[in-house]
Amino acid sequence: MSFPQPITSWFNARGWSIHPHQQAMLDRAGDPATLLIAPTGGGKTLAGFLPSLVELSDGTHTGLHTLYVSPLKALAADIKRNLRGPVDEMGLPIRIEDRTGDTPASRKKAQRVDPPHILLTTPESLALLLSYEDAPRMFAGLSRIVVDEIHALADSKRGDQLVLALSRLQSICPNLRRVGLSATVEDPAAIASLLARHPDLCAVLTADPGPPADIRMLRTEVPPPWSGGGAAFAIPAVLEKVRRHKTTLIFHNTRAQAEIFFRNLWLANTDNLPIAIHHGSLEREQRQKVEAAILRGELRAIVCTGTLDLGIDWGDVDLIIQVGAPKNVKRLVQRIGRANHRYNAPSKAILVPANRFEVVECVAALEAAQVGDLDGDPRGSGPLDVLCQHILAMAAAGPFEADHLYNEVITAGPYAALTRADFDACLDFCATGGYALRAYDRWQRLRQQADGRWMLRDPRAAQKIRMNIGTIQDSELVKVRYRRNRGGKPLGEVEEAFAASLSPGDTFLIGGQVVRYEGLREMVVEVTPDAARKPKVAVFSGTKFATSTQLSARILELLHQPAWPKLPSHTAEWLALQREVSKLPEAGRLLIESFPWDGRQHTCVYSFAGRNAQQTLGLLLTKRLEDMGLHPLGFVATDYATLIWGLDRVIDPAPLFDRQALRDGLENWLAQNAVMKRTFRASATIAGLIERNLPGARKSGRQATFSSDILYDTLLKYDPDHLMMRITRTEAMRGLVDFGRIEELLDRIGTRIDHLQLNRVTPLAAPLFLEMGKVPVQGSAEEKLLADEAQALMRQAGLQDAETA
Amino acid sequence: MNSHGFSLAGITLHAMGSGALWWPDQSLLCVSDLHLAKSERVARRNGTILPPYDTRDTLNRLAADLTVTNARMVVCLGDSFDDTDAANSLPEEERLWITRLQAGRRWVWIAGNHDPGPLEFGGTHLAEMPRPPLTFRHIARLGASGEISGHFHPKARIQTRARSITRPAFLVDTDRVILPAYGTYTGGLRSNDEALARLMRPEAIAILTGRSVYAVPMPR
Repeated sequence: MSFPQPITSWFNARGWSIHPHQQAMLDRAGDPATLLIAPTGGGKTLAGFLPSLVELSDGTHTGLHTLYVSPLKALAADIKRNLRGPVDEMGLPIRIEDRTGDTPASRKKAQRVDPPHILLTTPESLALLLSYEDAPRMFAGLSRIVVDEIHALADSKRGDQLVLALSRLQSICPNLRRVGLSATVEDPAAIASLLARHPDLCAVLTADPGPPADIRMLRTEVPPPWSGGGAAFAIPAVLEKVRRHKTTLIFHNTRAQAEIFFRNLWLANTDNLPIAIHHGSLEREQRQKVEAAILRGELRAIVCTGTLDLGIDWGDVDLIIQVGAPKNVKRLVQRIGRANHRYNAPSKAILVPANRFEVVECVAALEAAQVGDLDGDPRGSGPLDVLCQHILAMAAAGPFEADHLYNEVITAGPYAALTRADFDACLDFCATGGYALRAYDRWQRLRQQADGRWMLRDPRAAQKIRMNIGTIQDSELVKVRYRRNRGGKPLGEVEEAFAASLSPGDTFLIGGQVVRYEGLREMVVEVTPDAARKPKVAVFSGTKFATSTQLSARILELLHQPAWPKLPSHTAEWLALQREVSKLPEAGRLLIESFPWDGRQHTCVYSFAGRNAQQTLGLLLTKRLEDMGLHPLGFVATDYATLIWGLDRVIDPAPLFDRQALRDGLENWLAQNAVMKRTFRASATIAGLIERNLPGARKSGRQATFSSDILYDTLLKYDPDHLMMRITRTEAMRGLVDFGRIEELLDRIGTRIDHLQLNRVTPLAAPLFLEMGKVPVQGSAEEKLLADEAQALMRQAGLQDAETA
Repeated sequence: MNSHGFSLAGITLHAMGSGALWWPDQSLLCVSDLHLAKSERVARRNGTILPPYDTRDTLNRLAADLTVTNARMVVCLGDSFDDTDAANSLPEEERLWITRLQAGRRWVWIAGNHDPGPLEFGGTHLAEMPRPPLTFRHIARLGASGEISGHFHPKARIQTRARSITRPAFLVDTDRVILPAYGTYTGGLRSNDEALARLMRPEAIAILTGRSVYAVPMPR
């Protein structure tokens, strides 16, 4: 493909020449699918758009030409800005608009009637557009789709949702060409098969990755604490780095950590350097303010979470600081790619371990990054809950033939192996609920017309289906705002569970300020400013990253060394202390520690089997403990250990690891636990059995709504083979259960179990106490607790405890 | 029997772990807010097709309580059906099941806000039922005494030393008892909600239901 005059002149005027990978993209512009792998700042986005600009340059195309899909709303807005500039300078007659959840309704309506040449959107907005009857008209003439940061979408069900949408788009526009843009990944072929129409071939182009990054671990005079994620000890050193650089991005793994760190940074910021905070729980207005300030180059540092992770061009960032262990080598490498957008300049990054175990993790991650040892788990086949949502969305768009929809769906890579029987089960679920008991079939959702096509029984249901589109599982969030007499300014959101734990007078952090909880009014948390220095901290969900198993293996190797010259002395001393008071875990053996803490007995199992397997182990071991009458209360799992607590002390753990008993326990008991219920809730919401809780749409009176756990229990009892139960089991096996790795572990350790009875928390166990995601065990311990508490309360209130028969 | 005994207007009553109220002297079993056929109403009105097993699960539990108590009289305190159409749409099998449960005992349907009119089921249909010194009605009335009601689906949350636990609960003071919802597809209203806090005396207790029953000062 050759350049039209205006584009050539634009390049020439700047003295720029086209990158080889941009040329390669142009050469392959006619291919049905192409994947480009390039580092951030490599002109990747322009490479994706150049063929569109060329094709649109003569002004003859009417209607939509290119659809651009990115994982983030902010990215769509950013690309619009960055594309508008060059297009205007080239004087090209191209209309560019974005469409996300933030776009006003009037503009959205206009876009459906008169679409722009280039539309920038997200997978959810695209799925929504395809659920309208007029989708074929709107997308007529669409020639190209560019999927940006496709590696990020591939990590979740959003990727499955997107490719199902693509399968429909391809039916509307048979000549649609697909382009994927990705950061460096461990398995490009997997991303290519996600992108391409099955069984089309998809070329993978790889841009020059540029010089290797300059990554180091921060070494401070002050040692990191034994545990915790705040990294407060590193504040002076981080401020010093900020002073010496133009713009620094300071990444955190969770929003709560970002809030605390930002607060501490401000308290120490005596020079008043302009530093801001940016994360997904903040009010949109506040986020946009920060984004604008970054673009104007006014900020010296931005404390942020994954929302700034992706390829948004935030100008001249010359340093990346990662606070907390990166958990995953691939993500670390991708984040580091955010610095130095000038091609061919090395990216500079500093890792700040938040505690001493993270020092070990950081050193292991650095070694892996330096040898380019990227990690990742293979993608599974397309999940059926997403397919159910897609079927309902297609029904909202209009009547369809089952054969036709099936043939369309199997062109999506993840669904290429979908059997007709599974498809029919999903269709039946959407139509009738798919229950063994056909009680209320006259109210089914979809019915078949005389011509055999499926359609909505009640056309008004379309609206409800559209409201439910999306696969992102937000925990229930409530808005936070100042009291009316304080102006009522909205501040952001916190988890409902956190809001419920607050009492008037409690203080917490949001947007870097300490606020005082005043009360809940119509599901809005009302607060007033507070001068307290030590707030109770908001437990934002954030994304909990799992340390990859590959990284876990490296860590185990590192721990086993006789001495640790590569580790800072404080960490080496800590490990030495662990070796002294207990033991260090080693491959081929299993270390278990038991100790009392905070009125409960704890047992810590260091099996380094990866988070999923550790989680399953926690579920199985607590079940065994319950059977043995040891009253387990709960557990928490990380990638390297499972910490279990309960009312009684574990004396001999060996019988807990009886292989047959564990395996027997898995089957019947798997059904009855909190993890399964959590999984069920997520899948049932995606599949449309449970309505998504829309912010503001929920009433405060809860009599009418009941917990999804009840639906799970009911299905388990009366219809255990129902599609939703099948999906839940599959999801749990894929995401949470990993029993195969437990068997591997049992093979590896044989009878080599080292059980240490100790009288205090050990150095290595301490960080586990701060892990999020504790799983409660609802067993006999709960009854015991209630009995004790009820007795104490009645006594305290001076009430006579009447006879309990 | 898993239950907690207490006294109201001089009458001894038992709050059962199942959520039913047992009056031994009268051999009377009282249940509230069964919301039978809720899945039918949700499918009809909302388009969401919930597992249609709620009615049989609720009836299973009621049948078990009848076996344990061998009650001569049953009082359903209102909202027995999710609405009148739901009552009429009950599959034949479940309709017959209710009839079987009714055999050999007095059965009273108190009207609720979900099922205000008479139902096509055997038994006596009443707006409320005086049974001196007690009165059975769906929604509690401020100022009443010796009153047994439902409607609010009360639940109570207890902060124990390890975690907070929330369960459906009876609320009891010297004037009244409010029953938890008995139906399978029902949620709950926390005892600290204004509507409940206003009705109950300061010294009220909450009796948490479940595998065992626990009485505590009503959480406010």
